[in-house]
Amino acid sequence: MTPRHAYPPLTLRATGLVCGRGGIALTAELAFSVTPGQCLLLRGPNGSGKTTLLLTLAGIVAPLDGSFALDGSDPESGPQLHYCGHRNAIKPRLSVTENLAFWATLNGATGITPEAALDEVGLGALADLDAGYLSAGQSRRLALARLLVSHRPLWLLDEPTAALDLEGHDLVTRLLDRHLDMGGFAIAATHDPITLPDPARMETLVLGARA
Amino acid sequence: MTTFRAMLTRELQLALRGGGDMLTLVLFFVIVGAIVPFAVGPDRVLLARIAPGVVWIAAFLAMLLGLDRLFRPDHDDGSLILLRQADLSLGGVVAAKLIAHWLVSALPLIVASPLLAVLLAMDLDAFWRTLLSLLLGTPALAAFGAVGAAVTVSIRRGGLIAPILIAPLSIPVLIFGAGAITGTQSGAALLFLAALSLMAVALAPFAAALAISSAED
Repeated sequence: MTPRHAYPPLTLRATGLVCGRGGIALTAELAFSVTPGQCLLLRGPNGSGKTTLLLTLAGIVAPLDGSFALDGSDPESGPQLHYCGHRNAIKPRLSVTENLAFWATLNGATGITPEAALDEVGLGALADLDAGYLSAGQSRRLALARLLVSHRPLWLLDEPTAALDLEGHDLVTRLLDRHLDMGGFAIAATHDPITLPDPARMETLVLGARA
Repeated sequence: MTTFRAMLTRELQLALRGGGDMLTLVLFFVIVGAIVPFAVGPDRVLLARIAPGVVWIAAFLAMLLGLDRLFRPDHDDGSLILLRQADLSLGGVVAAKLIAHWLVSALPLIVASPLLAVLLAMDLDAFWRTLLSLLLGTPALAAFGAVGAAVTVSIRRGGLIAPILIAPLSIPVLIFGAGAITGTQSGAALLFLAALSLMAVALAPFAAALAISSAED
Protein backbone atom coordinates (compact mmCIF):
# COMPACT_ATOMS: atom_id res chain seq x y z
CA MET A 1 0.00 0.00 0.00
CA THR A 2 1.11 3.57 -0.48
CA PRO A 3 2.76 5.10 2.54
CA ARG A 4 0.74 7.68 4.40
CA HIS A 5 2.00 11.15 3.75
CA ALA A 6 0.74 13.82 6.08
CA TYR A 7 0.45 17.16 4.38
CA PRO A 8 0.72 20.33 6.40
CA PRO A 9 -2.76 21.51 7.31
CA LEU A 10 -3.53 23.94 4.52
CA THR A 11 -6.71 25.78 3.75
CA LEU A 12 -7.50 27.34 0.43
CA ARG A 13 -9.57 30.42 1.05
CA ALA A 14 -11.00 32.66 -1.63
CA THR A 15 -12.78 35.90 -0.88
CA GLY A 16 -14.64 38.01 -3.38
CA LEU A 17 -12.82 36.22 -6.17
CA VAL A 18 -13.88 37.23 -9.66
CA CYS A 19 -12.37 35.27 -12.53
CA GLY A 20 -12.48 36.16 -16.16
CA ARG A 21 -10.62 36.09 -19.42
CA GLY A 22 -9.71 39.04 -21.57
CA GLY A 23 -11.13 41.50 -19.06
CA ILE A 24 -14.61 39.94 -19.16
CA ALA A 25 -15.81 38.59 -15.84
CA LEU A 26 -17.06 35.01 -16.09
CA THR A 27 -17.92 34.33 -12.48
CA ALA A 28 -19.75 36.26 -9.81
CA GLU A 29 -17.86 37.09 -6.66
CA LEU A 30 -16.87 33.73 -5.25
CA ALA A 31 -16.16 32.99 -1.64
CA PHE A 32 -15.24 29.48 -0.62
CA SER A 33 -12.75 27.60 1.44
CA VAL A 34 -11.46 24.09 1.02
CA THR A 35 -9.85 22.25 3.90
CA PRO A 36 -7.77 19.05 3.98
CA GLY A 37 -9.78 15.98 3.19
CA GLN A 38 -12.30 17.95 1.17
CA CYS A 39 -13.09 17.98 -2.51
CA LEU A 40 -14.81 20.93 -4.11
CA LEU A 41 -16.67 20.05 -7.28
CA LEU A 42 -17.18 22.86 -9.77
CA ARG A 43 -20.27 22.54 -11.86
CA GLY A 44 -21.90 24.72 -14.40
CA PRO A 45 -22.66 24.99 -18.09
CA ASN A 46 -19.98 25.45 -20.74
CA GLY A 47 -18.38 28.84 -20.54
CA SER A 48 -19.32 29.43 -16.94
CA GLY A 49 -15.70 29.88 -15.91
CA LYS A 50 -14.78 26.49 -14.43
CA THR A 51 -11.48 26.23 -16.27
CA THR A 52 -10.76 29.92 -15.73
CA LEU A 53 -11.26 29.52 -12.00
CA LEU A 54 -8.86 26.57 -11.95
CA LEU A 55 -6.28 28.49 -14.00
CA THR A 56 -6.66 31.44 -11.65
CA LEU A 57 -6.06 29.25 -8.63
CA ALA A 58 -3.04 27.77 -10.40
CA GLY A 59 -1.64 31.26 -10.85
CA ILE A 60 -1.79 31.21 -14.64
CA VAL A 61 -4.55 33.79 -15.03
CA ALA A 62 -4.72 36.86 -12.83
CA PRO A 63 -7.99 37.30 -10.93
CA LEU A 64 -10.06 40.31 -11.97
CA ASP A 65 -10.94 41.09 -8.39
CA GLY A 66 -10.69 39.63 -4.92
CA SER A 67 -8.02 37.26 -3.75
CA PHE A 68 -7.27 33.74 -2.68
CA ALA A 69 -4.60 32.29 -0.46
CA LEU A 70 -3.31 29.00 0.83
CA ASP A 71 -3.45 29.52 4.57
CA GLY A 72 -0.79 27.70 6.52
CA SER A 73 1.61 27.14 3.66
CA ASP A 74 5.30 27.67 4.13
CA PRO A 75 6.45 30.18 1.49
CA GLU A 76 9.78 28.34 1.28
CA SER A 77 8.28 25.03 0.30
CA GLY A 78 7.78 25.56 -3.41
CA PRO A 79 4.67 24.83 -5.44
CA GLN A 80 1.89 23.14 -3.51
CA LEU A 81 -0.42 22.14 -6.31
CA HIS A 82 -0.89 19.86 -9.25
CA TYR A 83 -2.81 21.20 -12.19
CA CYS A 84 -4.32 18.66 -14.54
CA GLY A 85 -5.84 20.46 -17.47
CA HIS A 86 -7.54 19.67 -20.77
CA ARG A 87 -4.22 19.18 -22.46
CA ASN A 88 -2.23 16.26 -21.19
CA ALA A 89 1.28 17.69 -21.65
CA ILE A 90 2.55 14.43 -23.08
CA LYS A 91 5.47 14.30 -25.49
CA PRO A 92 4.67 11.80 -28.25
CA ARG A 93 8.32 11.05 -28.95
CA LEU A 94 9.18 9.99 -25.42
CA SER A 95 8.11 6.66 -24.03
CA VAL A 96 5.37 6.45 -21.43
CA THR A 97 7.90 5.90 -18.64
CA GLU A 98 10.18 8.70 -19.85
CA ASN A 99 7.27 11.12 -19.86
CA LEU A 100 6.34 10.25 -16.32
CA ALA A 101 9.89 9.97 -14.95
CA PHE A 102 10.68 13.45 -16.25
CA TRP A 103 7.84 15.01 -14.31
CA ALA A 104 8.70 12.92 -11.26
CA THR A 105 12.18 14.42 -11.26
CA LEU A 106 11.06 17.93 -12.08
CA ASN A 107 8.30 18.07 -9.46
CA GLY A 108 10.21 16.14 -6.84
CA ALA A 109 9.92 12.36 -6.65
CA THR A 110 8.08 12.43 -3.35
CA GLY A 111 5.28 10.06 -4.32
CA ILE A 112 5.20 6.50 -5.55
CA THR A 113 7.64 5.37 -8.25
CA PRO A 114 6.71 5.93 -11.91
CA GLU A 115 6.40 2.16 -12.41
CA ALA A 116 3.95 1.83 -9.53
CA ALA A 117 2.03 4.86 -10.75
CA LEU A 118 1.70 3.36 -14.24
CA ASP A 119 0.42 0.10 -12.75
CA GLU A 120 -2.01 2.10 -10.69
CA VAL A 121 -3.55 3.83 -13.70
CA GLY A 122 -3.50 0.66 -15.79
CA LEU A 123 -0.65 1.52 -18.16
CA GLY A 124 1.91 -0.84 -16.64
CA ALA A 125 2.07 -3.01 -19.74
CA LEU A 126 2.70 -0.04 -22.04
CA ALA A 127 5.61 1.48 -20.14
CA ASP A 128 8.06 1.32 -23.04
CA LEU A 129 5.66 2.40 -25.77
CA ASP A 130 6.09 5.80 -27.39
CA ALA A 131 3.48 8.01 -25.78
CA GLY A 132 2.36 9.17 -29.22
CA TYR A 133 0.61 5.84 -29.73
CA LEU A 134 -1.61 6.20 -26.67
CA SER A 135 -5.32 6.66 -27.15
CA ALA A 136 -7.07 9.71 -25.72
CA GLY A 137 -8.16 7.78 -22.65
CA GLN A 138 -4.74 6.29 -22.11
CA SER A 139 -3.13 9.74 -22.42
CA ARG A 140 -5.52 10.93 -19.76
CA ARG A 141 -4.45 8.09 -17.50
CA LEU A 142 -0.81 9.02 -18.03
CA ALA A 143 -1.63 12.62 -17.09
CA LEU A 144 -3.32 11.35 -13.92
CA ALA A 145 -0.28 9.22 -13.08
CA ARG A 146 1.66 12.47 -12.83
CA LEU A 147 -0.38 13.37 -9.75
CA LEU A 148 0.85 10.24 -8.01
CA VAL A 149 4.60 10.47 -8.52
CA SER A 150 4.94 13.78 -6.65
CA HIS A 151 2.97 14.47 -3.50
CA ARG A 152 1.35 17.88 -3.49
CA PRO A 153 -1.56 18.75 -1.24
CA LEU A 154 -3.79 20.59 -3.71
CA TRP A 155 -5.07 18.99 -6.89
CA LEU A 156 -6.74 21.19 -9.49
CA LEU A 157 -8.49 18.85 -11.91
CA ASP A 158 -10.12 20.05 -15.08
CA GLU A 159 -12.51 17.41 -16.42
CA PRO A 160 -10.43 14.57 -14.98
CA THR A 161 -12.77 11.97 -16.40
CA ALA A 162 -12.79 13.30 -19.96
CA ALA A 163 -12.16 10.50 -22.47
CA LEU A 164 -12.06 7.89 -19.71
CA ASP A 165 -14.12 4.71 -19.70
CA LEU A 166 -16.29 3.53 -16.80
CA GLU A 167 -13.35 1.85 -15.12
CA GLY A 168 -11.47 5.13 -15.55
CA HIS A 169 -14.22 6.97 -13.69
CA ASP A 170 -13.73 4.56 -10.81
CA LEU A 171 -10.00 5.16 -11.04
CA VAL A 172 -10.43 8.93 -10.67
CA THR A 173 -12.75 8.40 -7.72
CA ARG A 174 -10.28 5.99 -6.11
CA LEU A 175 -7.30 8.33 -6.60
CA LEU A 176 -9.24 11.30 -5.28
CA ASP A 177 -10.46 9.37 -2.27
CA ARG A 178 -6.96 8.22 -1.39
CA HIS A 179 -5.59 11.74 -1.88
CA LEU A 180 -8.19 13.08 0.55
CA ASP A 181 -7.34 10.26 2.97
CA MET A 182 -3.78 11.50 3.06
CA GLY A 183 -4.89 14.96 4.07
CA GLY A 184 -4.81 16.46 0.59
CA PHE A 185 -7.60 18.45 -0.96
CA ALA A 186 -8.87 18.94 -4.46
CA ILE A 187 -10.93 21.14 -6.71
CA ALA A 188 -12.40 19.41 -9.70
CA ALA A 189 -14.38 20.82 -12.58
CA THR A 190 -16.54 18.14 -14.06
CA HIS A 191 -19.71 17.35 -15.92
CA ASP A 192 -19.63 13.68 -14.96
CA PRO A 193 -20.92 12.73 -11.56
CA ILE A 194 -18.05 11.93 -9.24
CA THR A 195 -19.30 10.15 -6.15
CA LEU A 196 -16.85 9.63 -3.36
CA PRO A 197 -17.62 6.85 -0.87
CA ASP A 198 -18.05 9.46 1.83
CA PRO A 199 -20.40 12.17 0.53
CA ALA A 200 -19.55 14.43 3.47
CA ARG A 201 -16.21 15.11 1.83
CA MET A 202 -17.72 16.62 -1.26
CA GLU A 203 -18.98 20.11 -1.69
CA THR A 204 -20.37 21.55 -4.86
CA LEU A 205 -19.94 25.03 -6.20
CA VAL A 206 -22.26 25.85 -9.07
CA LEU A 207 -20.90 28.46 -11.43
CA GLY A 208 -22.90 30.51 -13.86
CA ALA A 209 -26.18 29.79 -12.11
CA ARG A 210 -28.69 32.29 -13.32
CA ALA A 211 -30.64 33.69 -10.46
CA MET B 1 20.49 20.47 -9.89
CA THR B 2 18.85 17.13 -10.67
CA THR B 3 15.79 19.01 -11.87
CA PHE B 4 17.93 21.18 -14.12
CA ARG B 5 19.67 18.14 -15.55
CA ALA B 6 16.35 16.37 -16.10
CA MET B 7 15.05 19.39 -18.00
CA LEU B 8 18.20 19.57 -20.14
CA THR B 9 18.12 15.84 -20.88
CA ARG B 10 14.47 16.01 -21.88
CA GLU B 11 15.07 18.92 -24.25
CA LEU B 12 17.98 17.15 -25.91
CA GLN B 13 16.04 13.88 -26.18
CA LEU B 14 13.11 15.67 -27.79
CA ALA B 15 15.36 17.50 -30.23
CA LEU B 16 17.38 14.44 -31.20
CA ARG B 17 14.29 12.30 -31.68
CA GLY B 18 12.72 15.07 -33.70
CA GLY B 19 14.22 13.42 -36.73
CA GLY B 20 15.28 15.86 -39.39
CA ASP B 21 14.91 19.15 -37.54
CA MET B 22 18.59 19.54 -36.80
CA LEU B 23 19.65 18.46 -40.28
CA THR B 24 17.18 20.91 -41.81
CA LEU B 25 18.78 23.81 -39.98
CA VAL B 26 22.25 22.79 -41.09
CA LEU B 27 21.12 22.39 -44.69
CA PHE B 28 19.42 25.77 -44.56
CA PHE B 29 22.63 27.32 -43.23
CA VAL B 30 24.72 25.78 -46.01
CA ILE B 31 22.22 26.58 -48.73
CA VAL B 32 21.94 30.26 -47.77
CA GLY B 33 25.71 30.45 -48.00
CA ALA B 34 25.80 28.46 -51.21
CA ILE B 35 23.38 30.62 -53.18
CA VAL B 36 25.40 33.76 -52.59
CA PRO B 37 28.08 32.91 -55.20
CA PHE B 38 25.28 32.38 -57.70
CA ALA B 39 23.77 35.73 -56.86
CA VAL B 40 26.94 37.85 -56.85
CA GLY B 41 28.91 35.93 -59.43
CA PRO B 42 31.97 33.72 -59.10
CA ASP B 43 34.45 36.48 -58.32
CA ARG B 44 36.79 34.88 -55.75
CA VAL B 45 38.12 38.15 -54.40
CA LEU B 46 34.69 39.63 -53.89
CA LEU B 47 33.41 36.38 -52.34
CA ALA B 48 36.26 36.17 -49.90
CA ARG B 49 35.61 39.77 -48.92
CA ILE B 50 31.89 39.34 -48.20
CA ALA B 51 32.24 35.81 -46.80
CA PRO B 52 32.24 36.83 -43.10
CA GLY B 53 28.98 38.71 -43.50
CA VAL B 54 27.42 35.88 -45.45
CA VAL B 55 28.37 33.31 -42.81
CA TRP B 56 26.88 35.42 -40.06
CA ILE B 57 23.67 36.14 -41.96
CA ALA B 58 23.29 32.45 -42.73
CA ALA B 59 23.83 31.55 -39.07
CA PHE B 60 21.40 34.25 -37.93
CA LEU B 61 18.68 33.10 -40.30
CA ALA B 62 19.17 29.43 -39.48
CA MET B 63 18.89 30.15 -35.77
CA LEU B 64 15.72 32.14 -36.33
CA LEU B 65 14.28 29.12 -38.09
CA GLY B 66 14.71 26.96 -35.01
CA LEU B 67 13.24 29.48 -32.58
CA ASP B 68 9.66 28.40 -32.82
CA ARG B 69 10.62 25.02 -31.41
CA LEU B 70 11.78 26.54 -28.16
CA PHE B 71 8.51 27.16 -26.33
CA ARG B 72 5.66 26.62 -28.77
CA PRO B 73 5.37 22.82 -28.55
CA ASP B 74 5.32 23.06 -24.74
CA HIS B 75 2.76 25.82 -24.92
CA ASP B 76 0.53 23.92 -27.32
CA ASP B 77 0.44 20.64 -25.41
CA GLY B 78 -0.02 22.24 -22.01
CA SER B 79 3.46 21.45 -20.68
CA LEU B 80 4.26 25.12 -20.19
CA ILE B 81 1.50 25.49 -17.58
CA LEU B 82 2.91 22.52 -15.70
CA LEU B 83 6.47 23.79 -16.01
CA ARG B 84 5.30 26.89 -14.17
CA GLN B 85 4.31 24.67 -11.24
CA ALA B 86 7.55 22.70 -11.21
CA ASP B 87 10.07 22.60 -8.41
CA LEU B 88 12.61 24.07 -10.81
CA SER B 89 12.06 27.81 -11.15
CA LEU B 90 10.87 29.06 -14.51
CA GLY B 91 14.17 30.86 -14.97
CA GLY B 92 15.92 27.53 -14.52
CA VAL B 93 13.59 25.91 -17.03
CA VAL B 94 14.38 28.61 -19.60
CA ALA B 95 18.11 28.36 -18.90
CA ALA B 96 18.03 24.61 -19.53
CA LYS B 97 16.04 25.16 -22.71
CA LEU B 98 18.48 27.84 -23.82
CA ILE B 99 21.49 25.57 -23.40
CA ALA B 100 19.74 22.75 -25.23
CA HIS B 101 18.69 25.17 -27.96
CA TRP B 102 22.27 26.30 -28.47
CA LEU B 103 23.51 22.70 -28.54
CA VAL B 104 21.03 21.57 -31.18
CA SER B 105 20.75 24.67 -33.34
CA ALA B 106 24.07 26.54 -33.10
CA LEU B 107 26.64 23.82 -32.55
CA PRO B 108 25.67 21.90 -35.72
CA LEU B 109 26.06 25.15 -37.71
CA ILE B 110 29.55 25.63 -36.33
CA VAL B 111 30.40 22.06 -37.23
CA ALA B 112 29.10 22.65 -40.77
CA SER B 113 30.89 25.96 -41.23
CA PRO B 114 33.98 24.47 -42.95
CA LEU B 115 31.69 23.57 -45.85
CA LEU B 116 30.61 27.18 -46.13
CA ALA B 117 34.18 28.39 -45.88
CA VAL B 118 35.10 26.29 -48.89
CA LEU B 119 32.09 27.47 -50.89
CA LEU B 120 32.95 31.10 -50.16
CA ALA B 121 36.66 30.76 -50.92
CA MET B 122 37.84 31.71 -47.43
CA ASP B 123 41.49 31.32 -46.57
CA LEU B 124 42.48 29.21 -43.59
CA ASP B 125 43.20 32.14 -41.31
CA ALA B 126 39.79 33.69 -41.91
CA PHE B 127 38.18 30.31 -41.38
CA TRP B 128 39.66 29.87 -37.90
CA ARG B 129 38.49 33.33 -36.96
CA THR B 130 35.03 32.51 -38.35
CA LEU B 131 34.89 29.42 -36.18
CA LEU B 132 35.91 31.36 -33.10
CA SER B 133 33.50 34.22 -33.74
CA LEU B 134 30.59 31.81 -34.28
CA LEU B 135 31.48 29.98 -31.09
CA LEU B 136 31.53 33.20 -29.09
CA GLY B 137 28.62 34.98 -30.77
CA THR B 138 25.92 32.33 -31.26
CA PRO B 139 25.10 32.09 -27.52
CA ALA B 140 24.00 35.72 -27.68
CA LEU B 141 21.83 35.01 -30.73
CA ALA B 142 20.27 32.04 -28.95
CA ALA B 143 19.62 34.10 -25.82
CA PHE B 144 17.98 37.00 -27.70
CA GLY B 145 15.99 34.44 -29.63
CA ALA B 146 14.76 32.83 -26.41
CA VAL B 147 13.47 36.19 -25.18
CA GLY B 148 11.71 36.82 -28.49
CA ALA B 149 10.17 33.36 -28.50
CA ALA B 150 9.01 33.76 -24.90
CA VAL B 151 7.38 37.12 -25.57
CA THR B 152 5.46 35.78 -28.55
CA VAL B 153 4.66 32.29 -27.29
CA SER B 154 1.04 32.99 -26.42
CA ILE B 155 0.40 34.77 -29.70
CA ARG B 156 -0.92 32.59 -32.45
CA ARG B 157 1.46 32.80 -35.40
CA GLY B 158 3.92 34.38 -32.98
CA GLY B 159 6.64 32.44 -34.73
CA LEU B 160 6.64 35.07 -37.45
CA ILE B 161 6.79 38.01 -35.07
CA ALA B 162 9.70 36.83 -32.96
CA PRO B 163 12.34 37.32 -35.68
CA ILE B 164 11.21 40.91 -36.23
CA LEU B 165 11.45 41.58 -32.50
CA ILE B 166 14.91 40.18 -32.07
CA ALA B 167 16.54 41.34 -35.30
CA PRO B 168 17.41 44.80 -33.87
CA LEU B 169 18.85 43.17 -30.74
CA SER B 170 21.02 40.93 -32.84
CA ILE B 171 22.61 43.74 -34.86
CA PRO B 172 25.55 44.22 -32.46
CA VAL B 173 26.23 40.50 -32.59
CA LEU B 174 26.36 40.62 -36.38
CA ILE B 175 28.57 43.72 -36.40
CA PHE B 176 31.13 42.30 -34.02
CA GLY B 177 30.76 38.79 -35.40
CA ALA B 178 31.61 39.81 -38.94
CA GLY B 179 34.11 42.35 -37.62
CA ALA B 180 35.97 39.65 -35.74
CA ILE B 181 36.61 37.87 -39.02
CA THR B 182 37.57 40.79 -41.25
CA GLY B 183 38.47 43.64 -38.99
CA THR B 184 41.97 44.82 -38.28
CA GLN B 185 41.15 44.67 -34.59
CA SER B 186 39.58 41.28 -34.57
CA GLY B 187 40.82 40.58 -31.05
CA ALA B 188 38.81 43.45 -29.64
CA ALA B 189 35.76 42.41 -31.65
CA LEU B 190 36.01 38.90 -30.25
CA LEU B 191 36.11 40.26 -26.72
CA PHE B 192 33.03 42.38 -27.40
CA LEU B 193 31.31 39.33 -28.82
CA ALA B 194 32.14 37.29 -25.73
CA ALA B 195 30.89 40.08 -23.48
CA LEU B 196 27.64 40.32 -25.43
CA SER B 197 27.12 36.58 -25.14
CA LEU B 198 27.85 36.47 -21.42
CA MET B 199 25.48 39.32 -20.73
CA ALA B 200 22.71 37.98 -22.95
CA VAL B 201 22.95 34.44 -21.58
CA ALA B 202 22.95 35.69 -18.00
CA LEU B 203 19.92 37.94 -18.41
CA ALA B 204 17.81 36.12 -20.99
CA PRO B 205 16.48 33.33 -18.72
CA PHE B 206 15.04 35.87 -16.29
CA ALA B 207 13.61 38.05 -19.03
CA ALA B 208 12.09 35.09 -20.86
CA ALA B 209 10.68 33.63 -17.63
CA LEU B 210 9.08 36.97 -16.83
CA ALA B 211 7.58 37.14 -20.31
CA ILE B 212 6.15 33.64 -20.02
CA SER B 213 4.71 34.10 -16.56
CA SER B 214 3.12 37.43 -17.37
CA ALA B 215 1.51 36.14 -20.56
CA GLU B 216 -1.98 34.89 -19.92
CA ASP B 217 -2.30 31.46 -21.34
